[in-house]
Amino acid sequence: MNLEKALRKWWPVFLLPTVAAFIIGFAYPFVQGLYLSFCKFITINNASWNGIANYAYALQDKEFLHSFLFSTAFTIVSTLIINVVAFAIALALTRSIKGTNVFRTVYFMPNLIGGIVLGYIWQILLNCVLTLLEKPLLSLNATYGFWGLIILMCWQQIGYMMIIYIAGLQSIPTDYLEAAHIDGANSWQTLWKVKIPNVMPSITICLFLTLTNGFKLFDQNLALTGGEPAHSSEGLALNIYNTFYARSGPQWKGYGQAKAVVFCILVIVISLVQLRATRSKEVQQ
Amino acid sequence: MKKFFALCLALVMVLSLAACGKKTEAPAQSGDSTATGAVYYLNFKPEQDEAWQALAAEYTAETGVPVTVVTAASGTYEETLMSEMAKSNPPTLFQVNGPVGLANWKDYCLDLAGTPVAGELTSDGFALKDGDATLGIAYVVESYGLITNKTLLAKAGYAVEDIKSFDDLKKVAEDITARSAELGFSAFTSAGMDGSSDWRFKTHLANLPIYFEYQADGIGTTKEIKGTYLDNYKAIWDLYINNSTCAPSELAGKTGSDAESEFINGQAVFFQNGSWEYGALTNGGLTDDDLSMIPIYVGLGDEANQGLCTGTENYWCVNNTAKAEDIQATLDFLYWCVTSAKGTDAMANQMGFVIPFKKAVESPNLFVKIDNAYTAEGRMPVSWNFPTMPSEEWKNGVGSALTAYAAGTGDWSGVVTAFVDGWAKEAALNG
Repeated sequence: MNLEKALRKWWPVFLLPTVAAFIIGFAYPFVQGLYLSFCKFITINNASWNGIANYAYALQDKEFLHSFLFSTAFTIVSTLIINVVAFAIALALTRSIKGTNVFRTVYFMPNLIGGIVLGYIWQILLNCVLTLLEKPLLSLNATYGFWGLIILMCWQQIGYMMIIYIAGLQSIPTDYLEAAHIDGANSWQTLWKVKIPNVMPSITICLFLTLTNGFKLFDQNLALTGGEPAHSSEGLALNIYNTFYARSGPQWKGYGQAKAVVFCILVIVISLVQLRATRSKEVQQ
Repeated sequence: MKKFFALCLALVMVLSLAACGKKTEAPAQSGDSTATGAVYYLNFKPEQDEAWQALAAEYTAETGVPVTVVTAASGTYEETLMSEMAKSNPPTLFQVNGPVGLANWKDYCLDLAGTPVAGELTSDGFALKDGDATLGIAYVVESYGLITNKTLLAKAGYAVEDIKSFDDLKKVAEDITARSAELGFSAFTSAGMDGSSDWRFKTHLANLPIYFEYQADGIGTTKEIKGTYLDNYKAIWDLYINNSTCAPSELAGKTGSDAESEFINGQAVFFQNGSWEYGALTNGGLTDDDLSMIPIYVGLGDEANQGLCTGTENYWCVNNTAKAEDIQATLDFLYWCVTSAKGTDAMANQMGFVIPFKKAVESPNLFVKIDNAYTAEGRMPVSWNFPTMPSEEWKNGVGSALTAYAAGTGDWSGVVTAFVDGWAKEAALNG
């Protein structure tokens, strides 16, 4: 009661810093970015208007389209593998086996290493394997590059998603599981009829994270393949970066910025669709 | 009590936010001086960062003018410059890599014609011009060629003097390869095509066919390269990849430090690199008695009189959007760097630079001395034409094709396409 009264009086003090940070760190740069996508510029405070030419270029650029297809394929494959495997490990590690905590820590650890570092380490590892197999190295073959990225991202993200799934699984009330058991449900039925519907909130979060991470993939892409050979393993974010810096002249910054805005809208739309789809499957406990 | 507590918390939050804001606002320079103006140098060369910091401190001690030197991480200069230039305290001194790099920044470059520092240049050729305006001035002249381990070469039964043409080089390299098991070393270090090393071939080696084509056509730049001498480019590239420490298919993953350590560890006789590599090699234990540098022969021109590839892609530019007093301070600083005893000494001995200014001090760098000796003999240095390459994208395309050709996943026609068609395409995109 007392707290509520205090909150009614003091809420701006608690809200304002966050709102200010949001405006400074997100809203303002976003609006400025939107404006710059219609400009030619070298530095952001000295831009000249270029109209929709930037978007016209971005949308007809074949490499941009290719990188979109690459990113889409990558996102679909990585989202599926990461979530299925992370969920399976989470199931295994929520049983009462000795040492689950050790395993949880071990699986989570890759997530603590930065993308660039991981990219270079995996490049060395995978290139060694490819050399031993006498196959072309990662930067010579887009297919190997693609699967290399999948392996790297799975290794990095499965542990993180696993933790979220474990939390979801542990929050299922044990009465549900007991009731299912007494009713004679086997473990397969329990999984599909009780556990999965109840961890839908976790699935929503994990799908959201893996989908957006898949599209936003940058560090790992840059370090592992660098888009080689000839841009064929280049995702959207790396394509935007290369548009900015691979050629000189103010028009390229505008093209890159327009691509970035298209990219942003794309990721927002896809994740909203996904959120809506999985939210509708969530059940009230 | 609760209210008081809440108020305190709120205050802490607001104050901490304010503190954060204040920190970033504070100017990077300090030092109380009577002189107005300050210098902010965004340095391109990470290997000279320490020397610049020291020189800047010395200048501040002498004149009281604050000099901030910030060095961009390797390979990120353009990004760093873009964001720094948008700040309220932008760099007053930055650099571009030649005419193509200047295209980005020419609106920000002060015309240096008539300034004292531009007057100190030994030749007008070191000024980077756009029309009549001198927008940049070269501050370091560098040379590259085939760094040679004389000791190993002698073990193989040859001397530097035996190599006077591409045919000689080919003969020596192939003989070393044939006997490499017995000798215990290879002819060339790995021609790594990782991002840390590929510039040695997609840019520096590619300079040779471009140079000879420009010479033959009597031009200094072009929108459409013909690729007249690409067969020679192929010949030298074949020589590099087939007589090296590793199989050609592995080059895609080899780095710059791989090649460097192979050379330092005596696993190869030849290492294509430049005068900037001298410090790393001597720190690695090689001495002037082991080292030499020979021209990269590709079987073109007057090989007996060919010198090293000597030129620059490092130009100083002064930011014309900076405050007038900062611009003046920057010009004063530059003048001091290239004329004072301390400045010229630091640039020669600490940074190992040959500077194209009248008061330059001789550099102790062996490769620089070799270049001078060649020039004194009357050999013609090969000029640096890669600043006229149309874009990074062109270099990347050539690099990609070279890598694929080496590994056998692509053929030489891929390199020709990337070189010739890629050039026309990229030059057209530059507008």
